[in-house]
Amino acid sequence: MAVTLTEKAATHIKNFIAKRGKGVGLRLGVRTNGCSGMSYTLEFADELNDTDSQFESHGVKVLIDPKSLAYLDGTELDFAREGLNEGFKFNNPNAKNECGCGESFGV
Amino acid sequence: MALLQIAEPGMSAAPHQHRLAVGIDLGTTNSLVATVRSGMSVVLHDENGRALLPSVVRYHADGSTDVGYPAQAMQSSDPHNTIVSAKRFMGRGLRDLPDAGSLPYQFADAPGMVQLKTVAGAKSPVEVSAEILKVLRDRAEKSMGGELVGAVITVPAYFDDAQRQATKDAARLAGLNVLRLLNEPTAAAVAYGLDNAAEGVYAVYDLGGGTFDISVLRLSKGVFEVLATNGDSALGGDDFDHRIYCWILEQAKLSGIKPQDARLLLTRAREAKEDLTAHPEVRITAVLSTGEMVDLTLSSEVFTEITRSLVNKTLVPSKKALRDAGLEVEDVKGVVMVGGSTRMSQIQHAVGEFFRQEPLNNLDPDKVVALGAAIQANVLAGNRSDDDWLLLDVIPLSLGIETMGGLVEKIIQRNSTIPVARAQEFTTFKDGQTAMSIHVVQGERELVSDCRSLAKFELRGIPPMVAGGARIRVTFQVDADGLLSVSAREKSSGVEASVVVKPSYGLSDDEITNMLRTSQENAKADMTARALREQQVEAGRLIEAIEAALHENGDHLLSAAERAEIDEGMASLRSALEGRDHLAIKEQTERLNHISETFAARRMDQSVQKALTGHKLEELEI
Repeated sequence: MAVTLTEKAATHIKNFIAKRGKGVGLRLGVRTNGCSGMSYTLEFADELNDTDSQFESHGVKVLIDPKSLAYLDGTELDFAREGLNEGFKFNNPNAKNECGCGESFGV
Repeated sequence: MALLQIAEPGMSAAPHQHRLAVGIDLGTTNSLVATVRSGMSVVLHDENGRALLPSVVRYHADGSTDVGYPAQAMQSSDPHNTIVSAKRFMGRGLRDLPDAGSLPYQFADAPGMVQLKTVAGAKSPVEVSAEILKVLRDRAEKSMGGELVGAVITVPAYFDDAQRQATKDAARLAGLNVLRLLNEPTAAAVAYGLDNAAEGVYAVYDLGGGTFDISVLRLSKGVFEVLATNGDSALGGDDFDHRIYCWILEQAKLSGIKPQDARLLLTRAREAKEDLTAHPEVRITAVLSTGEMVDLTLSSEVFTEITRSLVNKTLVPSKKALRDAGLEVEDVKGVVMVGGSTRMSQIQHAVGEFFRQEPLNNLDPDKVVALGAAIQANVLAGNRSDDDWLLLDVIPLSLGIETMGGLVEKIIQRNSTIPVARAQEFTTFKDGQTAMSIHVVQGERELVSDCRSLAKFELRGIPPMVAGGARIRVTFQVDADGLLSVSAREKSSGVEASVVVKPSYGLSDDEITNMLRTSQENAKADMTARALREQQVEAGRLIEAIEAALHENGDHLLSAAERAEIDEGMASLRSALEGRDHLAIKEQTERLNHISETFAARRMDQSVQKALTGHKLEELEI
């Protein structure tokens, strides 16, 4: 299994990293907080850690620490537009329930 | 389902805790809102994909409003209730608006700030601006999927305290938390500085709809410092429209124009101006309510000719700003163009010629201010870890207090970077003085009467002491928004008084320009005036002291001849005081001081004797 990006998400991420002027890729993670137990983190990555799992998807390097990977394996990151809003969306097969906001989930 | 943005490393927000912040360019003609999304500053669009929101508000009889394009569309058919360029009236009294008569509004002079009469009642410029801000806030919250923690709102560098306060009030009315007010050119520099990371001295030439600002900035190691600012708060794209409008009236031989026709022709004038950036000539057609037809062709050459004096009006402040910064044209590494009006080819040309280089315009001049404000808002909201850059703004006019003789003691010098706090010690002028009036003034001149009065307050409860005994520390503090607070504290007793300066709304920025100009023109006269006042104060104090002493024991301690000599000295000093020669006054003051030395010595001896009489030696603590 792996963690993948949709092509649309990858295009936006490449654009953001180029504008930012630095960064080796994208770091996904999971934190234990939020209304349903877990929450996602989505950050630029400036450096690699030895323990990171690396995935390459549409030319973007995705880094995930081993603890988070257990919860994220099989996830696809998409870029979506809803009305005036736009941003990234986690399609995570591990999530059993999600709070209404979608930022927090349980397994 | 929330949509997530990419955060800086280690800066991911907890769920429902996103620190959503925006930058707002509250412009005279158009307003914009921008935010930083996944590390990139972007302007937020409306449902129709438009970035600009025309700063136009139309009031209906039931109190509801149209803001932006729908309001702009109605401005010629409903001119009284459709308010455009409200920013020009922010913090202004009616007397500050010399062109009020030529504007299609019914003004009401309210205390402090003008109001505009509409079908929905009298509206202040603050309320009008709040309507614009509400629409932008709504757009931002829809675009970002949450409530905003705050906004950075930009203001022209030349806005005074009253106008800044009015802007803050408008934001509060719109339910926005103001993280900071930021000078527009500084915001533009933020947008350019971070995106292009170019170091050096830059000039920011900002010709918006209603204001012109020129700023000289230094960008180095990610730090932005504003070296000097200058400008003209009543010059902008609107004036170019007005020149075309006047040209139309002249060419079409029109007079006695009705308000809705004036509005229509002004709209046509603006369209012509915008078309001329892409075409060598444009056709202007209109049908007036009287049935009269207008059909004219305006060429780029004619447009340049009729607006030449306006373009030149921007170059004078540009020279002054460079001089204030102590720089020459050659020191300027780049010129940043801001404001939609800089798209006009004659402006690009004139600026290029003045600074002897092609101006920079690789960011959209309409958006650059909002983009920079959004970057600043993102930092202030706490979304950036490497907060390694500072933002320095300057105060436009020196701030000080009145001292004896109507002189100004400057506490914070003009062009000081803000936020800033400076303190100075003052003392009492008379024996037993228990109160002190603190008069806060703004301006460059030496005499209070030539400066602008900002506030007055009193420090009471100073313990009675001899003149010069009390130590009163006066502290001036200007916060990051450019707002001033002044406090005074007597050190031995700890009594304290303070004031937050909310100057009466209504300082015209032209006055600031005038104040600066007159201070430069009158530098020498001011120095002489200051010297004269200082001598007058000193002489007055001496005469008063000697008179009191003579009254007390002059007959007793002085022979008739000595007394006559002192009287003569006082008379000569008094006659010198009637003149305006500070050197003569100084000479006579010194002479009287000399004549009265013996008298002073005798008084000293006598008071020592008095203190000792009737006491045994051991009673005295020596």
